Amino acid sequence: MSMTAVGPVPPAPHPLQPHAARLVTVTPEAPGIATYVFELADPALRARYAFAPGQFNMLFLPGIGECAISLSSDAGEPGRLAHTVRAVGSVTRAIARLRPGDAIGLRGPYGSPWPVDRLRGRDLILVAGGIGLAPLRPVVYHLIRHRPAFGRVQLLIGARVPADLLFVSEYQAWRAAEIEVIETVDRADETWTGRVGVVPVLFYQLRPDPRRTAVLTCGPEIMMRFVVYEALARRIPRDAIYLSLERNMKCAVAVCGRCQYGPFFLCKDGPVLSYDRVEPFFSVEEY
Amino acid sequence: MNPTPPLGTHAAIPKPALDQVLGALRDAGYTLVGPKVADGAIVYGEITGIADLPVGWTAEQEAGRYRLRPGVPGRLFGFAVGPHAPKRYLYPSTATLFRTRRTAEGFEVLPGEEAAPRYALVGVRACDLAAIAIQDRVFLDGPAPDPHYRARREAAFLLAVNCLEPGGTCFCASTRTGPRCTTGFDLALTELDEVLLVEVGSEAGAAMLAAADWRPASAFELTRARRALAEAEGRMGRTMDVRDLPDLLYERLDHPRWEAVAARCLSCANCTMVCPTCFCADVVDTSDLTGGEAARVRVWDSCFNHEFSYVFGGHLRPNIRARYRQWLTHKLATWIDQYGVLGCVGCGRCITWCPAAIDLTEELAAIRGGEPT
Amino acid sequence: MARPRLAVYKFSSCDGCQLSLLDCEDELLALAGAVEIAYFLEASRQALPGPYDVVLVEGSVTTEEEVERLKEVRRQAKLLVAIGACATAGGIQALRNWADADAFRRAVYPTPGYIRTLDRVRPLGDVVLVDAELRGCPISKRQLLDFLAAVLIGRTPRMPAHSVCTECKRRGAVCVMVASGVPCLGPVTQAGCGAICPAYARGCYGCFGPMERPNTGALGDRFVALGQSRDEVARAFRGINAYALPFAAAGDRFARSDIEEG
Repeated sequence: MSMTAVGPVPPAPHPLQPHAARLVTVTPEAPGIATYVFELADPALRARYAFAPGQFNMLFLPGIGECAISLSSDAGEPGRLAHTVRAVGSVTRAIARLRPGDAIGLRGPYGSPWPVDRLRGRDLILVAGGIGLAPLRPVVYHLIRHRPAFGRVQLLIGARVPADLLFVSEYQAWRAAEIEVIETVDRADETWTGRVGVVPVLFYQLRPDPRRTAVLTCGPEIMMRFVVYEALARRIPRDAIYLSLERNMKCAVAVCGRCQYGPFFLCKDGPVLSYDRVEPFFSVEEY
Repeated sequence: MNPTPPLGTHAAIPKPALDQVLGALRDAGYTLVGPKVADGAIVYGEITGIADLPVGWTAEQEAGRYRLRPGVPGRLFGFAVGPHAPKRYLYPSTATLFRTRRTAEGFEVLPGEEAAPRYALVGVRACDLAAIAIQDRVFLDGPAPDPHYRARREAAFLLAVNCLEPGGTCFCASTRTGPRCTTGFDLALTELDEVLLVEVGSEAGAAMLAAADWRPASAFELTRARRALAEAEGRMGRTMDVRDLPDLLYERLDHPRWEAVAARCLSCANCTMVCPTCFCADVVDTSDLTGGEAARVRVWDSCFNHEFSYVFGGHLRPNIRARYRQWLTHKLATWIDQYGVLGCVGCGRCITWCPAAIDLTEELAAIRGGEPT
Repeated sequence: MARPRLAVYKFSSCDGCQLSLLDCEDELLALAGAVEIAYFLEASRQALPGPYDVVLVEGSVTTEEEVERLKEVRRQAKLLVAIGACATAGGIQALRNWADADAFRRAVYPTPGYIRTLDRVRPLGDVVLVDAELRGCPISKRQLLDFLAAVLIGRTPRMPAHSVCTECKRRGAVCVMVASGVPCLGPVTQAGCGAICPAYARGCYGCFGPMERPNTGALGDRFVALGQSRDEVARAFRGINAYALPFAAAGDRFARSDIEEG
């Protein structure tokens, strides 16, 4: 309906406008992949900012563009915003050129988190493929902080080659916190003495109790397809299997329409969705 | 000075008195946008008064075909919707979201739009009012309301028109979004032979109608208007059976009809561009040669465009079959889950303006008729 | 940091695309400041040797000499950009790929023995690796500047893969096919021009070449439904981008069925 007042309407800041942030540290992780820690420039905003495991930020560089990147750091330390990024596109390659102290635009957090609070008391199987470990790392940190609240935790990690395994230096600490870390690679090299094969195959050695186990998975969609298959074969209920889905997104606030997946906007309703909700679309070709 | 009619009034004015209302809107600072003849069609554009309207014109509309024709002489609104929807004034096809400028510390963010224009949209039909209500949900009820849309929307005056001449591709009676304007307007006109009936939908509408020599509509006039609308409802060029949506389409995502329509579909995106509810967008980065000044520009995009479904590693909907299915299931199924209503308002634009003459009512009927696979 | 070095080369073509660069009047000074224009004979006699960071190449390849010269240009170019329909698809002169070039030679030249050409007109990509394409006849000055800005600051250049219709409807133009029955290649042609022709009530003649996965067959069938002969449809596809693969295939399909029917 119309308002009766007449005159120019002043502009409000657009929700796609980023906040100023700065690169603090860069940690190389694997060929083409590094973890970038950003800090919001405004102290008040920094104090207010909070995120949950599985959520993402939009990272922006002027004239280059913007892209969605999951937070890979500890949600218990929200002043330190780590993003593990593979330099493959316009924005991510430009991020790879940044040096500590450089400015970046950041807005978020967006999206649905892993439901860690609802999963208290359960056994967990986390399944990560490639850079899919990044959005699961905050879950690992959460579990370490609240370890007694959870049952058995198994973390299955797959990478194409040994050099692509992420966060390797932390595995020891994770194991010390009673998280069973099981790695596998698609192709071994001369340095590798561990398992060879795709991640879903690791399920063969698990004996999960379907009544108390939940599966959290992030990785290439084809990998997640097989993870779902293996989990269902072990009678893990559909609503106890959580996937983090990826689609191209431009706005992160459910108006650009690009991240639609059936009725879901993955920026708002996702990226984390339980399998029972996505099942009707998950098996449809090219949907 | 005429008295100000109360909200809900059904008034009558002589046809030439519409110019008094339009003049009042102009005096109030509105830019008048209304139907006019240009480039072989009835489009929306800036108008100054009745003389700019397509007086005496109408249009034949069929799948993939639109032709201007002389209609009833003197008739101001004797035609159905053309290729333009109010969308282009409330949600423009290209808009600068914000700009950036390099500074010693990094960069500063500057506003994109300076101030929203104030449009009085003249001749808006019931289907388009329904479409505006849908876009309100998309842009204002989401997690982050769009201030650019809000500014244009709140500034807009909607002078609606009840449709008495449905077009060959219209089916708002099926989607229950017309032909009568029931809500969401400031003023709504019904054009009878010698007078315009005016329903007052808002205080702003009442204030503008007060500029014209109005009188209460007679019971006889109101009965004639009701009859004309009932008759129009029966003369829709198309029908669409909307029962069992969304489930019908969810169950038939593998129907062979998707392949069949893909053979004809050009994936050119015309349907989504003319659709009054389609909202998908791309955001484009521009800059000067040094990157010192840059801007983020939002442009209408389409699920029919190749780049739309790109993620690192490939295109999720690499072919026309997948894209047409995405579009139709969004309009007629997932939209219901997202916004509680159909994404289709029965305006028929996607049928008329499809260069390949594809008709969504026909496609849905075919998918409904065939057995699920 | 040294300014990136820009070179502009020309093969068989009309110079129109190079002129688009000179047309950038307002932005030309800024461009000259942002890059070192090392080789651009159309604009300056100064011709500095390579290597160059960005080389814009206009024109198609029609002689053995051009093949060799293009290979040398490739060796000097970090980023080789084909500009214009001649460079990206062979251009209008590629129509001779469907004809007897010898007959033309004999008809035009008094001493045809002096004229040596390749058997076919080639786009650059047939001879060397092309890193990027700017489509059009001529190219769009706006797209050229956006491309150069993108390269200079490290943004992936934005080359639309979608139809001219998208641009046409964004600017609010009325569809000429639907409203006037005018055949228009817009639904299968790559955006970038800004839909100039449809905005002036003319059908698109496809000067930006085929978009990604164009449904040329369905559009040709639609032209027939609008009253065009199959031969006319074939000629619509056999224009400036006749030798671009999807248009070539569509042209052949409609031309051939004409023969079958006739």
